[in-house]
Amino acid sequence: MALAEIRAILPGRRMPAARVLFSAIGLGIGALMLLPLYYLLLRAFQADFATVWQLLTRPRTGQMLLNTAALTAGVLALCTVIALPLAWLVSRTDLPGRRVVNFLAVLPLAVPGYVMAFALIGLSGNFGFLNQVFGVTLPRPQGWWGATLALSLYCFPYLYLNLRAAFAGLDQSLEESARALGCTPREVFTRVTLPHLMPALMAGWLVIGLYTIGDFGAVALMRFEVFSYVIYLQYSAAFDRLYAAWLALILIVIALTVVWWESRLRQGVRYARTGSGSGAGPRRVRLGPVGRALGWGFAGLVVLASLGLPVAVLTFWMSLAPIGPILPALVTSFGQSLSVAVPSAALAAAMALPVAVLAVRYPSPLSTLINRLAFVGYAVPALAFALAFVFFSLQGARWLYQTHLLLVTVYALAFLALALGPIRSALYLARPSLEDSARALGHGPLSTFWRVTLPTIRPGVVAGSVLVFVIAMKELPIAFLLAPTGFRPLAITMFSRTSEGMLVEAAPYAAAIIAFSALFVGFVLRHDRKAEG
Amino acid sequence: MQHLPKSLGFRMPAEASPLGFRQSPAKVLLEVDGLTRRFVAGEGPAVDRVSFTLGEGELMALLGPSGCGKTTTLRMIGGLELPDSGRVLLRGKDITRLPVEKRGIGIVFQDYALFPHLSVRDNVRFGLRRIPRADAAARAEEMLALVGLQGLGDRKPHQLSGGQQQRVALARTLAVSPPLVLLDEPFSNLDAAMRVETRQEVRRLLKRTGSAGILVTHDQEEALALADRIAVMEKGRVLQIGTPDEIYRNPATRFVAAFIGRSNILPGRANGMDAETAFGRLPLSRAANGTVALAVRPEQIMIEPDPDGPAAVVGREFRGHDQLYWVQEGERCLLVISGPGQGQGAGLPIAIGDRVRLRICDCVTPVD
Repeated sequence: MALAEIRAILPGRRMPAARVLFSAIGLGIGALMLLPLYYLLLRAFQADFATVWQLLTRPRTGQMLLNTAALTAGVLALCTVIALPLAWLVSRTDLPGRRVVNFLAVLPLAVPGYVMAFALIGLSGNFGFLNQVFGVTLPRPQGWWGATLALSLYCFPYLYLNLRAAFAGLDQSLEESARALGCTPREVFTRVTLPHLMPALMAGWLVIGLYTIGDFGAVALMRFEVFSYVIYLQYSAAFDRLYAAWLALILIVIALTVVWWESRLRQGVRYARTGSGSGAGPRRVRLGPVGRALGWGFAGLVVLASLGLPVAVLTFWMSLAPIGPILPALVTSFGQSLSVAVPSAALAAAMALPVAVLAVRYPSPLSTLINRLAFVGYAVPALAFALAFVFFSLQGARWLYQTHLLLVTVYALAFLALALGPIRSALYLARPSLEDSARALGHGPLSTFWRVTLPTIRPGVVAGSVLVFVIAMKELPIAFLLAPTGFRPLAITMFSRTSEGMLVEAAPYAAAIIAFSALFVGFVLRHDRKAEG
Repeated sequence: MQHLPKSLGFRMPAEASPLGFRQSPAKVLLEVDGLTRRFVAGEGPAVDRVSFTLGEGELMALLGPSGCGKTTTLRMIGGLELPDSGRVLLRGKDITRLPVEKRGIGIVFQDYALFPHLSVRDNVRFGLRRIPRADAAARAEEMLALVGLQGLGDRKPHQLSGGQQQRVALARTLAVSPPLVLLDEPFSNLDAAMRVETRQEVRRLLKRTGSAGILVTHDQEEALALADRIAVMEKGRVLQIGTPDEIYRNPATRFVAAFIGRSNILPGRANGMDAETAFGRLPLSRAANGTVALAVRPEQIMIEPDPDGPAAVVGREFRGHDQLYWVQEGERCLLVISGPGQGQGAGLPIAIGDRVRLRICDCVTPVD
C-alpha cells in the first residue's frame, strides 16, 4: 500500500510520519504472514476436485481427525489433573516447602515434548533404563497414551502458571461470602472458585491445545498418526505434496477454530472485581499431617515423572558411552543452532517493535488488524506454517528455498507473538511524556525513538529476543522442512537418532537441549517473580 | 461569559476576555488566536475559541478546575496536540502546524519526564545537540549550577529527591534558552512545603533567563503567587485575564469570584457607581445598572460583637493569624474573615452562637 493511501486512512494527529512508517512496516509483516498461506491454498487447489475428494475421504484422514481430537482431549485432561491440585497446593495451602514445589513445577518446561518422549522410550524395552537398573521391563510406550504422557508432562506448567496467578488474584472475601450464604466448601469450589478460574483455565488450555495440535516431535517418536506426523511423512517420505498441503490446510482450520472458539467463550467471561473495596488477599488452608503427606506425595509424583524421569534416563544412556568422541560433532551442531537462533531473535524483536508501538501509541482499527496478523505465525501450527513457506519459496521465490535467510525469517514470523508480549508491556509502562519531552527539546520522531523510547523499553526488547532465541534453539518441525542441506542443529540430530533407535548417540544432544532450555525456564521464573512483586 | 458586566458599554467579541483589551503586553511574544479543539464529536469542545497574548519574559498562569481545557490549550501551544481551528503565532510566525521539535518551546511535564537511562548531566545536555560537545558540556554545568545542583551531574534521576528532579527538568528545558517555557502542573508532585519554596525558585529562574512562561494549574494560590497575569478558564473558555490583583479584586464573573479565594454573593440594585444592598449603599468597583449580583470578599466584611445585632455566628475556623466565621443573617449565610486586632471587641474572641453586627466598608464588585 502506498504511503499516501495509509496517510489518508490515518488522520494522524501526532508524529504522523512515524505512524505511517510503522503502519507500512506492520502491513508488510502481515503480508509476509499471509503470502505463504496463499501459496499453500494455491498448491492445494491445483488438483481437480475428484482427486481432492478422494484424498479427503480416505479412512486415514478421518482416523487422523479422531486421533488429533483424542490426543488434545487427553493432554488437556491430564494437564488439568496435574496442574490444578498443584496450583492449589502452592498458592492456597500452608504446605511446607511450597516455594521449592513452585520452582520444580515450572522446571519441566526445560524438557521439550520430544525429549520427554525420548525419556519414556529410553525407560522401557530390553535395553532400557528400568531393565538394566531394576530388572523391570515395560513395553515401549507408543500411540495415544505415549504421546499424551510425553506432551502432558512437558505442557502442564503452562496451565500451572496461569492457574497459580488466578488463585493469587482470587478475592478471598468472595469465597467467604459464599460460605456465609450457606454454601458447603464443595459448593463454594464449584459455584465460586471454579468459575473464577475459568479464564485462566481457558488461557492455559489454548496454549496447550495449540501446542498439541501442532506438535510433531513427540507424536512422531510415539508413532501416533495425527496431522503433523502424517504431513511430515507425506512430505518427506511419500512425496505426496498435494495430500500434505490438504492436511496442512485442515490442521490450520482446526487451530483457527480453537482460537475462535476460545475467544468466543472468553467474551462472556468477566470476573474482574467489582466494587471499590480493596480485595482481601488469599488466606491459606491449614493442612493436617495427612493433608501434608498427601500434598507432598502428589507433588513428589509429579516431579518424579516430569523431571526425575528424563534426568535419570538421560544420565543412564549417557553413562553407556564416553562423551569425548562425539564432542566435536555436538559443538558443531550447537553452533549451527546458534547461527539460526541469534539472527531469528534479532529479527523477531525488530519486527515486534513497530507493531508494539502501533498497538500502544497509535491504537486504531488498522493497528488492531496489524496486531492480529502478527499472531498468525503463532496460531498456525508450525509444520503447516513451514510447509506453506516451502510452497511459497518453490513457486514464488526459488532463490530462497533451503537458505538460512528463509529459515531465519520463518522463525521470526512464527515467534513474533512471543517477542511482542514483553515489548508491548514495556511500552505500556513507558510514559509518553518522555517522548513528548524529547520532541520539545528539538529531537525529531526518529531521533526520539532511538535515543529515548528504545533505551526505556530495552528490558522488554531483551526479554522478547531472549524468549525467541531459546525457543528457536530447540525448535524442531520448522527446521525439518526448511533446513538448508547439511544443516544439523541439536533438535534435528537428537530427533533423527532417537527415531532410528540410536538412544546412546541421541542422549548428549537431549542433555544439551535440556541444559539450554533450563535457561528459558530460569527466564520465565525471573519474570514470574517480578510479576509477583 | 454569556452575561457580560452590564457596565461595559459595548459587547465584547465572545472569544475575548472582558478585561483583556486593557492588558495587551508591550512586546508580544506569543499570540493565541481562537484555539478550538473538540475530542468527541457531538459533545462540547474541550477548548473553545481561546485567545490571548503573552509578552516577552512574561509569566502567565492558566487557572481553572480539572477538565476546563487548560492542559489541552497548553499542549496545542506546545505542538503536542493539533487544534481543530485557531492559530498560534510565536514572534509573529504561524507555528500552528509546526512539529513540536521545530518550535523551540520548552515544556516541563507534571512527572518531569526525566530520561531514566541518562545521567542528570546527559539529561540536561539532551537538547544541546546543535552546538559543539565542549560547549554543550559547559552549558550543562552552568545550568546545573544555576538550579543549585552542581556536583550531582553523575547521578541518575531516580537518585534525586522530587524537588531536585523538578530542578533538573527546569535546567534541561532552560539549557536551550527557549523564548517560552510551558509548565504543566509542575508542582503537583511536591509536598506542600516544597511547593511554596520551589515556585519562587521557578519564578526567579524564568525571570533571570528571560524566558516567558505559561503555567497550567488548578491551585489558585499558586497562580496568584507565581504569575504576572492569570487567565481563568472554565468549560474550555477563558473567562478573564488580568493581573493577580485585578482578578482578585475585580472578578469578571461569579465563577471567577468563587474560584479565586472565597466570595459572598449579595443581591443589589445598581445605579452607576454604587448599589443599594442589605448593607446599605455600597460603592462599586465598576459601573453597573439594574439588579446585580455583588461579590464581597470575606475580609471586606467587618464583624463586631453586638448583643442586639441582627446576625449570629454559626461556625468558626481558627486559621492562625486570622479567624474565619460563618455568620447567619436572616436567610443568608456569609463568610467573614477577621484579622488580628479586628472584631475582637474587648479582647474577647467571638464564640459560636454570639450575636454580631456586620458592616461592609469597601467597594464591591458586580458579577454576572
